[in-house]
Amino acid sequence: MEAIEMERLSKYYGRNRGIVDLSLTVHRGEFFGFMGPNGAGKSTTIRTLLGLIKPSGGEARVLGRDIQRHRKQVLSVTGYLPSEAVFYSGMRVRELLKLSARLRQADCSREAQVLCDRLQLDTSRRVEELSFGNRKKVGIVCALQHRPKLLILDEPTSGLDPLMQREFFAILQERNREGVTIFLSSHVLSEIQRNCTRAAIIREGRMIACDSVENLSRTSAKRVSVQGEVCLRNLEGIRDLRETKDSANFLYSGDLGKLLQTLGAGRIRDISIAEPDLEEIFLHYYEEGGVEA
Amino acid sequence: MTLIRHEWSQGWKSFAIWTAAIGFFIVICVLMFPEMEGEMEGVNDMFSSMGAFTAAFGMDRLNFGTLEGFYAVECGNILGIGGAFFAALLGTGILAKEEREGTAEFLLTHPVDRSWVVSQKLWAVMLQILLLNVSVFLMSVCSIALIGEEISWRSFGLLHLACFLVQVELAGICFGISAFLRRSGLGLGLGVAVSLYFLNLVANISEQAEFLKYITPFGYAEGADIIADGSLHVGMVLLGMGFAGVGIGIAYWEYCRKGIA
Repeated sequence: MEAIEMERLSKYYGRNRGIVDLSLTVHRGEFFGFMGPNGAGKSTTIRTLLGLIKPSGGEARVLGRDIQRHRKQVLSVTGYLPSEAVFYSGMRVRELLKLSARLRQADCSREAQVLCDRLQLDTSRRVEELSFGNRKKVGIVCALQHRPKLLILDEPTSGLDPLMQREFFAILQERNREGVTIFLSSHVLSEIQRNCTRAAIIREGRMIACDSVENLSRTSAKRVSVQGEVCLRNLEGIRDLRETKDSANFLYSGDLGKLLQTLGAGRIRDISIAEPDLEEIFLHYYEEGGVEA
Repeated sequence: MTLIRHEWSQGWKSFAIWTAAIGFFIVICVLMFPEMEGEMEGVNDMFSSMGAFTAAFGMDRLNFGTLEGFYAVECGNILGIGGAFFAALLGTGILAKEEREGTAEFLLTHPVDRSWVVSQKLWAVMLQILLLNVSVFLMSVCSIALIGEEISWRSFGLLHLACFLVQVELAGICFGISAFLRRSGLGLGLGVAVSLYFLNLVANISEQAEFLKYITPFGYAEGADIIADGSLHVGMVLLGMGFAGVGIGIAYWEYCRKGIA
């Protein structure tokens, strides 16, 4: 049984695209990254999995159960942290955590206490008085206190200070070692790279890559930097070109022989050919669909 | 129970204010009665000679000189309108507020059936309405005892029952509307209550428009009719409860299938 299986999952808002034919499998116990630019459909995917919205096509299962027919069972084993958690104003943190536990018909007070201590969350405060980061902590405790088998996190670290981020990921790593599957939607590449084993990238509602983080980071593209005069007009496979009168800097993913020929025909004073850094690779996925990487 | 209790803790302040306000005005009116009783003959003549206005409020058929007649008009206006507003506001707000305030995501990502959410919220609305009516009834009984008047339990009870049913019907209809709303429906709720109230005034004035009494819940809450007949118009009440049932049914249907933004 897989943790998450999506088969050609689609969601349209009227004519507007949410996600298109998304097929994706997350294995049990995986720490899975889910990346994409704003508006790519990350949140739509998550909201569909959680049954907040109904898919227009395709199907999905969470821990073997169909998300539409067994929504309640799916939600009972899932913990969800929204990107912007909103709570009932007027309630104290402790009351809210209790409400969340009661809605799950569970007593989570001990686990809640442990989590609040670790995240340094004052449970006597009123939720509307909390800063964005502290509200996030309340969301984290709500998502974790019932010890779910699957955690779905939508941009979890926004608003958390670096120390808290470290503590948060430490908790996630512990849970993951205990067998909890983690589905992490994030913009922060370093977060994904440090924690996730596999990751998927979506863009404009479609999946453009899904592989181990290691493979995703690897690429045949090179960052080429040249001092001198060279004519690049006939060279295919150039991206992100920055050119001045006597220098050029670009990402190259074409035939290396042709690159050397072209460079050889020019007058070059200095050259460096290097691996592009990770940010560049992901930017390239975001911008162009990432087919050639 | 969880959600009913939660709704109560969220809404008890507003409930308390409405109950206190309605109760306060009814008690004041009742306490004023002994003073006005003596002057009522002139008032009766005046009120019964204002033409359409008289008919609109049923004052041509009520005797202001008796507590019963006086109370029928006062209660009809204060508890009738006040309670209707409370019920309409509560009904339109209860489902819509989760989406308006962004808490729907929190609530519905817990393992709860949407139909359970609707049921709990419906209970929360109906219990608050019941509690408001019982409280106001008790305050009223006490104030009448205080001025030493005798209570005609039958017409008194029927008047209050009618007001309660009006509120149940309005809440049911507004509950149905609430399931479709993503923003505040306060204006809409008040609009529904006010227009139905005016429909009844029109029905009172014009004989041709009398069929409107079957549409508006205020039709069966007309103090003059209740006291004259000594009973509620069962047909109108059943039809009204039917409207409430339809509203509630629509709420279940829509809320269980809609996407949460």
